[in-house]
Amino acid sequence: MINDTIAAIATAVGEGSVAIVRVSGPESVAIVESIFAAKNKLTQVDSHTVHYGYIVNPNTREKMEEVLVTVMRAPRSFTMEDVVEISTHGGVIAVKRVMDILLQQNVRLAEPGEFTKRAFLNGRIDLSQAEAVIDLIRSKSERAFSSAFKQVQGNLSKEIEAQRYTLLETMAHIEVNIDYPEHDVESLTSAFIREKCSQVMESIEKLLRTANEGKILREGIVTAIVGRPNVGKSSLLNALAKESKAIVTDIPGTTRDVIEEFITINGIPLKLLDTAGIRETADVVEQIGVERSKSALEDADLVVLVLNQNEPLHADDLQLMEQIKSRQVIVVLNKMDLPRQLELRQIEEMFESDRIVKMSVKEQEGLDALEAAIAGIFFSGGIESNDLTYVSNVRHIALLKKAIVSLQDAIGATEEHIPIDLIQIDVRAAWEQLGEIIGDAVGDSLIDQIFSQFCLGK
Amino acid sequence: MGYLAGEYDVIVIGAGHAGVEAALASARMGCETLLLTINLDMVAFMPCNPSIGGPAKGHVVREIDALGGEMGRNIDKTFIQMRMLNTGKGPAVHALRAQADKFLYQHEMKKTIEETAHLTLRQGMVEELIVEDGKCVGAVTKTGAQYRAKAVVLTTGTYLRGKIIMGELMYESGPNNQQPSVRLSESLRELGLQLVRFKTGTPPRVHKDTIDFSKTEIQPGDENPKFFSFETISSSNEQLPCWLTYTSSATHQVINDNLHRAPMFSGAIEGTGPRYCPSIEDKIVRFSDKPKHQIFLEPEGKNTSEYYVQGLSTSMPEDVQLQILRSIPGLEKVDMMRTGYAIEYDAVVPTQLYPSLETKLVPGLFTAGQINGTSGYEEAAGQGIMAGINAARKVQGKEAVVLDRSQGYIGVLIDDLVTKGTSEPYRLLTSRAEYRLLLRHDNADLRLTPIGHEIGLITEERYVKFMHKKEMVELEIERLRTTKIRPDEQVQAMLASVGSAPLTNGVDILTLLRRPEVTYAHIEPISPSSHELSQEMKEQVEIQIKYSGYIEKQLLQVERLQKMEKKKIPDDIDYTDIHGIATEAKQKLNKIRPISIGQASRISGVTPADISILLVYLEHYNRVTASRG
Repeated sequence: MINDTIAAIATAVGEGSVAIVRVSGPESVAIVESIFAAKNKLTQVDSHTVHYGYIVNPNTREKMEEVLVTVMRAPRSFTMEDVVEISTHGGVIAVKRVMDILLQQNVRLAEPGEFTKRAFLNGRIDLSQAEAVIDLIRSKSERAFSSAFKQVQGNLSKEIEAQRYTLLETMAHIEVNIDYPEHDVESLTSAFIREKCSQVMESIEKLLRTANEGKILREGIVTAIVGRPNVGKSSLLNALAKESKAIVTDIPGTTRDVIEEFITINGIPLKLLDTAGIRETADVVEQIGVERSKSALEDADLVVLVLNQNEPLHADDLQLMEQIKSRQVIVVLNKMDLPRQLELRQIEEMFESDRIVKMSVKEQEGLDALEAAIAGIFFSGGIESNDLTYVSNVRHIALLKKAIVSLQDAIGATEEHIPIDLIQIDVRAAWEQLGEIIGDAVGDSLIDQIFSQFCLGK
Repeated sequence: MGYLAGEYDVIVIGAGHAGVEAALASARMGCETLLLTINLDMVAFMPCNPSIGGPAKGHVVREIDALGGEMGRNIDKTFIQMRMLNTGKGPAVHALRAQADKFLYQHEMKKTIEETAHLTLRQGMVEELIVEDGKCVGAVTKTGAQYRAKAVVLTTGTYLRGKIIMGELMYESGPNNQQPSVRLSESLRELGLQLVRFKTGTPPRVHKDTIDFSKTEIQPGDENPKFFSFETISSSNEQLPCWLTYTSSATHQVINDNLHRAPMFSGAIEGTGPRYCPSIEDKIVRFSDKPKHQIFLEPEGKNTSEYYVQGLSTSMPEDVQLQILRSIPGLEKVDMMRTGYAIEYDAVVPTQLYPSLETKLVPGLFTAGQINGTSGYEEAAGQGIMAGINAARKVQGKEAVVLDRSQGYIGVLIDDLVTKGTSEPYRLLTSRAEYRLLLRHDNADLRLTPIGHEIGLITEERYVKFMHKKEMVELEIERLRTTKIRPDEQVQAMLASVGSAPLTNGVDILTLLRRPEVTYAHIEPISPSSHELSQEMKEQVEIQIKYSGYIEKQLLQVERLQKMEKKKIPDDIDYTDIHGIATEAKQKLNKIRPISIGQASRISGVTPADISILLVYLEHYNRVTASRG
């Protein structure tokens, strides 16, 4: 694992207007070159130069992201290896897409603290800092492992275990055919291997496509902020995103469209949708906004209903509450800095008390409670806050995709009448890639499986 | 009492399959070598199945031969059947398996040993090792003979505190009713070595004339047999068939009725037996839904009527064994000549060894074979030759030779033993090798003969032949790469005959040969080589070309492995000092004392983060050491 090419997101995820992906290792320049479309070839440019262009899909050359790429050749870089830094637009989507494409090349996601470790091993960092480097590796990997572990608990983990077991049984069957050629176990046909591999591949594809976790991984939890005009939806979004994006005024109906923002709360990526205030309106432009808000509401995984507790419940409020009551909802009672005019009873009848959050966006009060409530819904109690959660997700997707490629290779080989011991190489690769997601060591499980599944001996 | 009986460079204790390879290697490397055995009539004896080879095991025999060992040559001289297994699968898992004339095998091996220069073969039961200043410098026999040496190789097989079990009967014994070695086991314990108790077993032997072969299926050998040794060109050995039959429902009934008398289930056996070699009673209990089990009847030699009943390993009482045998089609009237038995024995916990097979506790003491927790003649011989080589090199002041996991099954075997240990008698399987496609039996010579030559076990004459083969293969591949053929009538006809798509343009032959249905034999008439190529050379050319895609993938992985193996860890590192490594990993590292980062990364319980920290620590350590000059 020494001296291969590694990559990681170098900036805090979901924050800031620019995000940077750092790639280090002997092939970093060539690999980035293969997914980069620009005027100059990166392999030919001078060191320490910046290049404008697009990250592209290496197969279709489709433009994916607009980026700036900085090339720093060894030894004049942080790790003293060839380093490429890719600056993308901020937020989650852009940087994730870039990582996605990178990890499907011959690039490995960096281990916790690995850039620093390389910097040290290559002599960039002073000897006196050896201990600090060790501490960094230790603490980062503990956090990474705990969050990675939490992430893959539950359905995703069970599903992957099930698919791995199918592969393991198939592998054991292949191995018995190889190691006990004269034994009276059913000899394994290509058709059988093809069937098993196709079955597993379909499940993985489905996992990538439809699993709830998969959805979270791909784009974040779609969270719609809804409410009547001027109850403070945009202010809430801004407070969560910590930068002014939506136009905030006190004229009702200012937000004429759906505004999106990507944030992470306790490591959970959220795609926030600030909707135009939903009310009956005659204004044509505002009407379009309202329609879009309604459709955004339908797509949302989570609805944050904002009410102004300084006013009594309005008919529009009641209509909205009725519309969303069967959804995952958090009710925000805003403007707690003003006197309460709102009757709570009706709200408490419709929503659980831990889903009702009192806050004052203007005074920045109650944001923590809201974040905790959001985390609580998806992780029943929330997970430790840490920026690596998201990165691990990128890694999982890359591994799932790699497993699909391995299975495709295996299936292709069965069609070309390649001998089973060679097909096994790809089946095993898929099994190991899935194992990496749930952190299962390779170990002796194959050999255990062979002897528990088959009766062998002299 | 006691007298100085002789001084040697290397003493090998035990003349089984590990011991003979160790002794021959050491003597051939120029070390004065003594080979001691409890019974001179038991040299290279096969106490269990009369066969050598098969998947992974046959690969090991080719590797031993490629390094200059004896097992391959000896079985080529004494086989009574030769079969290539797995021919319908990829070239990496083709495996040669021989039935041996077990008596001839022994005699030939003994003769070779007796005729080898620098090698002394002597009968004697070793009871104690001589250890001075913590180093092993010799051995003392029961008769008081003291032999001194600079290195000692222990290859005790199943003799250490051996105990035979048949039903209710239990007695101290080595294999096949030989004297067990009891005192030596105590001596090892006193030295501080940790021992474990393992178990294995063997089936009954029956008389040929009492078998009704008409009720069995014949299993003949190959018509054109291949051989294990690079040096064997042809053979006039006559081949004998094996015979296949099955257990019946009556067999299962007999066993189920007598389970209370089975030591496996009554608790009489304390040793851990191998899962891959279960007794028949174990198979019937664990796989109760299987209606019948295969039984192979194998001749034990040309000049004997004894047949080995493969598949019927058992420790049932003698009377039950006879009932079991007679419930099997073809064996209704069989005469049982030897009773099957289970045997328990002491083995050394192999994580106490360096990859050179020298014990960490007692410098100069090496162990190899079944004493290290393995099972199988081939596994024993593979360790034997390495232990012999490394004992000799230690005496000669040279660095140990360690094969890594990409160089051979022997490397996989030893690395597994010394890095992970084993909780049952260890058997090699091809699935234990990560780089199976590279560890083919057809390229064992290409992988290991240069090493065998360098350490002095391969003669110049053989090396010249080897280099010729290597060059011819390379030349031919280059010729095929650079020779274009046009889509003429002959080519298109050949392609049509094998059901391959016709050519539209000219193409180099190498590309054409990559098509699954096209073989070298198809190409040869169209574009023959100007050199005379042997069958082995053509085979090598074809394999290297046909599977190059997969081979290159594995070579890339190997490159990564070797980088890790090259990062050596100094022997004097104290892991408890390293801040940041998890406690469990520290304990494991201190115990195993890996020689490289590669080995460290394979220890269970050592995480990638621990390895990162270890790398940082080593860098620190090396810089500090360097600055001190």
